Amino acid sequence: MPEFLSFPYARAFAGGLLIGAAAAVFLLIVGRVAGISGIIGNVVRGHFGPGRAFPVFLLGMVLPVFLLGPGPVAYSLGLPGLAFAGILVGAGTQLGSGCTSGHGVCGLANLSVRSLVAVLIFMATAALTVWVVRHGGAL
Amino acid sequence: MIVLGALVAGLLFGGGLLLSGMTNPDTVLAFLDIAGDWNPALAFTMAGAVLVAAPAFYRVRRTRLSLLAAEVRLPSRTLIDSPLLAGSVVFGVGWGLSGICPGPGLLLLATGTREALTFMAGVVVGTLALRLLRPGGRTAPV
Repeated sequence: MPEFLSFPYARAFAGGLLIGAAAAVFLLIVGRVAGISGIIGNVVRGHFGPGRAFPVFLLGMVLPVFLLGPGPVAYSLGLPGLAFAGILVGAGTQLGSGCTSGHGVCGLANLSVRSLVAVLIFMATAALTVWVVRHGGAL
Repeated sequence: MIVLGALVAGLLFGGGLLLSGMTNPDTVLAFLDIAGDWNPALAFTMAGAVLVAAPAFYRVRRTRLSLLAAEVRLPSRTLIDSPLLAGSVVFGVGWGLSGICPGPGLLLLATGTREALTFMAGVVVGTLALRLLRPGGRTAPV
């Protein structure tokens, strides 16, 4: 690993730079916002975007995991919990028109107040949920 | 050219999620656990991503054109309405329970484990259910 990646949070930041570059390339070449929940929502309904860019993009996303492996992965839920959480993530991102990438990365980069509100709400709700699960035993 | 751009963008996105550690639900939950042993790493991921993406959005807001001179569709809505608020709350609960948002969930599919398949099956069910219940709702532009 390059030495600069050994600084605290350097990997997290460098990963963010790559994600930002991905959103920029997708916007400038494909001409669409790289929101993962939006793209998944389109693909599962058979809308593949200009030049079938959407499924190609999703395929490109998973290739690094095939090539390099996923790294450490630890789940906190069993299968029923994961199914339930997945349903909430799917329905919530469609209703709210975006997730961590669409509102978080692209919306904030586009200086969208609507996206800023969404990000603040889903971050706060997620943090509150973790608090209740991990520290809310007295409730 | 569009397909090549989509492939390169996908590789960068997947590589970035992998490098940042977002594929590990445990790391994401540690970021969300502000009352516990808080790990701020993902704030750096978000900041780095916004920093690099912002100039591209700045350009497109002005030109409305891609580098291939095609029309770019940017989200046009500015109204902070109840679907935005309710959807963000529902997503936040699902994200806080699992530590997985759609991008990392997709990457985890490549591991082929029952956990990843179950979570993403839930995402697809939730996505389609919402679409069926709310067929008139605006979708992300195609």
